[in-house]
Amino acid sequence: MKITPEEVQHIAALANLRLSGADIERYTQDLEEILSYVDQLNELDTSGVEPMAQVLHEGNAAQLRTDEQGRSFDQQTALRCAPLPGEGHFKVPRVIER
Amino acid sequence: MDDFKQLTVDSIRAGLRAKRFSARELAREALRVAEAENRASGVYLSFTPERALAAADRVDAELAAGAEIGPLAGVPLAVKDVIMTRGEKTTCASRALEQFVAPYDATAVERVERAGAVIVGKTNCDEFAMGSSNENSAFFPVRNPAAPDRVPGGSSGGSAAAVAGGYAPISLGSDTGGSIRQPASFCGAVGIMPTYGRVSRYGLVAFASSLDHIGPFSRTVKDSALLLGSIAGPDPLDSTAASAPVPDYAGELSAQVRGLKIGIPKEYYGEGLEHAVGTKVRAGVDLLRGLGCEPVEISLPHTRYAIASYYLICTAEASSNLARYDGVRYSRRSEGSGTLREMYRNSRAEGFGPEVTRRIILGTYVLSSGYYDAYYRKAQEVRALIARDFAEAFETVDAIITPVSPFPAFKLGEKTSDPLQMYLSDIYTITGSLAGIAGMSVPCGTTPEGLPIGMQILTNHFQEQTMLNLGHAFEQAGGFEG
Repeated sequence: MKITPEEVQHIAALANLRLSGADIERYTQDLEEILSYVDQLNELDTSGVEPMAQVLHEGNAAQLRTDEQGRSFDQQTALRCAPLPGEGHFKVPRVIER
Repeated sequence: MDDFKQLTVDSIRAGLRAKRFSARELAREALRVAEAENRASGVYLSFTPERALAAADRVDAELAAGAEIGPLAGVPLAVKDVIMTRGEKTTCASRALEQFVAPYDATAVERVERAGAVIVGKTNCDEFAMGSSNENSAFFPVRNPAAPDRVPGGSSGGSAAAVAGGYAPISLGSDTGGSIRQPASFCGAVGIMPTYGRVSRYGLVAFASSLDHIGPFSRTVKDSALLLGSIAGPDPLDSTAASAPVPDYAGELSAQVRGLKIGIPKEYYGEGLEHAVGTKVRAGVDLLRGLGCEPVEISLPHTRYAIASYYLICTAEASSNLARYDGVRYSRRSEGSGTLREMYRNSRAEGFGPEVTRRIILGTYVLSSGYYDAYYRKAQEVRALIARDFAEAFETVDAIITPVSPFPAFKLGEKTSDPLQMYLSDIYTITGSLAGIAGMSVPCGTTPEGLPIGMQILTNHFQEQTMLNLGHAFEQAGGFEG
């Protein structure tokens, strides 16, 4: 599995990560090595095998909760964790030009 | 006071009842010893003295009033720093959450305190629980109590070292691919990954949601049974928390294991297993045979594909879960970024260490358009085959006995340069994680240099009682000493 630095850069952009040139080089190599390793999964014929996304002991009998309003944080508690709250909101850099 | 470093839940209960010490004295001693040695041990990231003393005072007041005390009354307990503790820092050993103060308690935290436990501090770990050596902590490494130049294992290295090193008789950790069992084995503690869904994940910072578990560490099997019994059970705040009734694990603990069939999977005793480890685990199996268990050779044929399946699934889930660290709502924000996108990217770059970044990249790659079926779906199909291996094995055996790790604790820095080699060391624990079954590490002696070795006991979904009984019988028969 050949991975290019451009692909790593593209993936980093998708994941909102900023990588230095040295980082890109290193992760390109790591990704290539790991993907070569996981290629062995293709030795297995898995046709007809249902993918296992979750361990669900109760299967379809698992109960969905009723859609009722429960306890939640008040605005102040939620904003207390924010690096830059203001006026009852989360502040971010401007996204709309005036 | 009794020797603090040797205390167990039972000896604390006896000491409190006999008034040899108060819960407050015990909490102060736990904090004093841990704080005094933390620079050397690296075990704790923060201490919670006010919370500890308040909890201890509640226990002392109950004792003074002659009231009923909880099963963990007055017992100092350490909590891995990926588990929410209201009003206390919960950093996940990450720069991204360095200043984060949890606004709520995890269900497991609420339950241990209801049982009377005294939370003394938050333990060091690999960043966001990603790692097998604790060296991915953004702050400082943890040292193995048995050998300070060696790692304690990971990712719950601090919680394992807290128990084995004498700072707290019990602790909580989290296990996604072996993060409780492997450090328990490296440090010489008892550590349990319960069945998936047995313990609520509410308040456990998500790494890989289909694989994450909270579980106990302790010095004795009985103490783990008590701690597990306190935290297990359904929870309206976690839809994956199973509704199956919780047995009285400690009350029903029995050393009577005669007639139990124990599976010995040949794939776990072959190439790559260090001689000293294999020898002790086989001796452990012989000891169980002597107690009346019947060892049976079995095969779990898809074992060799487990690491590939696991590292695709866990990184895919991690890349989704860690998308929430955006520098807006609660995680670190980079100063002086011009645009929103720059702010996201700079904040995440400053917040995440190399291993977390590596896993986000791999996970994003395997979920990206065009690769989903080839990697993520394929990994989930192989996961189903691994789970089927176990289901078939448990039709004929009651438990499966294996090593926990192919080798004992390695030296700090020895494996950091090669991420794939580090992943491969998780081979014996990852399979059980993928299948969602229960697993426990119990000490089974040491290498000639004195490094602890762990034996893994795996049982089917919700068969924790059988697992605990085997561990207890093993301990009572002197198996911990090897």
